[in-house]
Amino acid sequence: MSVPLTLLGLLEREPSHGYDLKRDYDTYFGRGRPLPFGQVYATLGRLARDGKVVISEVQPGVGPERKRYVITEAGATEFDAWLTEPIEAEPHLQSVLFTKVVLALMLGRPAQEYLDIQRGAHLERMHQLTEIRRRGSLVDGLLADHGLFHLEADLRWIDTTVARLDALRAEVVKP
Amino acid sequence: MTDTMIEARDVVRSFGQTPALRGATVAVAPGEILAIMGPSGSGKSTLLHCLAGILVPDSGEIHFDGRRVDTLDEARRSALRRDSFGFVFQFGQLVPELTAEENVALPLLLGGTRREAALRQARPWFARLGLDGLERRRSGELSGGQAQRVALARGLVTSPKVLFADEPTGSLDSLTGEQVLDQLIVAAREHGTTVVLVTHEARVAAYADRHVMVRDGKVAALAPERVLS
Repeated sequence: MSVPLTLLGLLEREPSHGYDLKRDYDTYFGRGRPLPFGQVYATLGRLARDGKVVISEVQPGVGPERKRYVITEAGATEFDAWLTEPIEAEPHLQSVLFTKVVLALMLGRPAQEYLDIQRGAHLERMHQLTEIRRRGSLVDGLLADHGLFHLEADLRWIDTTVARLDALRAEVVKP
Repeated sequence: MTDTMIEARDVVRSFGQTPALRGATVAVAPGEILAIMGPSGSGKSTLLHCLAGILVPDSGEIHFDGRRVDTLDEARRSALRRDSFGFVFQFGQLVPELTAEENVALPLLLGGTRREAALRQARPWFARLGLDGLERRRSGELSGGQAQRVALARGLVTSPKVLFADEPTGSLDSLTGEQVLDQLIVAAREHGTTVVLVTHEARVAAYADRHVMVRDGKVAALAPERVLS
């Protein structure tokens, strides 16, 4: 998750204070990992330095000054480019699991047991996400769905691999 | 109360020369929702049928609520199924000649409950499962999702100790299937019903508290045993 680009996107919606940005970030994107205030202001400081945002007004008050941030043309252009660019379609887990499976076969270790352990971990996470989906808001549910579909794809890969372990062993183990 | 509601111990079962279970062992705690997973032909449905007393193992033991089941004669196993177990199968298997409420009431009628009392007991399930107004319809007049919810109500109407669900959403589209599953889980939790859920789909199994895998007629645990809260 790119914090600077997400904050730019929230500012594209409307000029905001740092506090409002943090609140909206945490609500929609934080998922239990709230953005520290320090990171919000440090990020806004860098965006201002780079000309992506400007401070439109400063409201004095009790406690720290409240700055209102506005996105600039440069900031909007960068955000737009990021939004329209597809993210890299990269499988993550399979490569690690694949390495483990091949090494297990090479070393005569129980590859199927390792894959079962992984299957159990995946199902456990799917159970947690299913509970979030059942009890949470639509935002929570759709994020959980995203995770569930990815985990399901991994499990299908695990099933396929288990079914082909003997053939794979024959290919990777030197006689 | 024992800490095991239903259990298979080293169960072997063949069909002719073809072995389906080769020493399957699994235990389900009271109130637990267990998913039995496995590829087609792995023996997972045979295991469910043995646990439910539909099939008798060639060897091994089935225990339910502290009692041995596999040594009972067919009449006693049939009574046990009627009084203590509920069933939901892939294709609802409603009786087409009966209305939806008669289908739900069927296990009660078979158990000797009088018709009016059975229908009275069946009706609240319609509101509970979002089936209001469908009580008098026949199965041909119900959508797949509605029919499966009627089947779920039929499976739960006797307040069974164990609900056996064999691919309960296999005939439904994914969204309808998830609604039915959600209602199955909520109803089971409300009543403390133990659920044995057979499925080959990970998304369905993810509703369960615990998962085991049947492979080559044996049961493999996928995670260390958990203590249920």
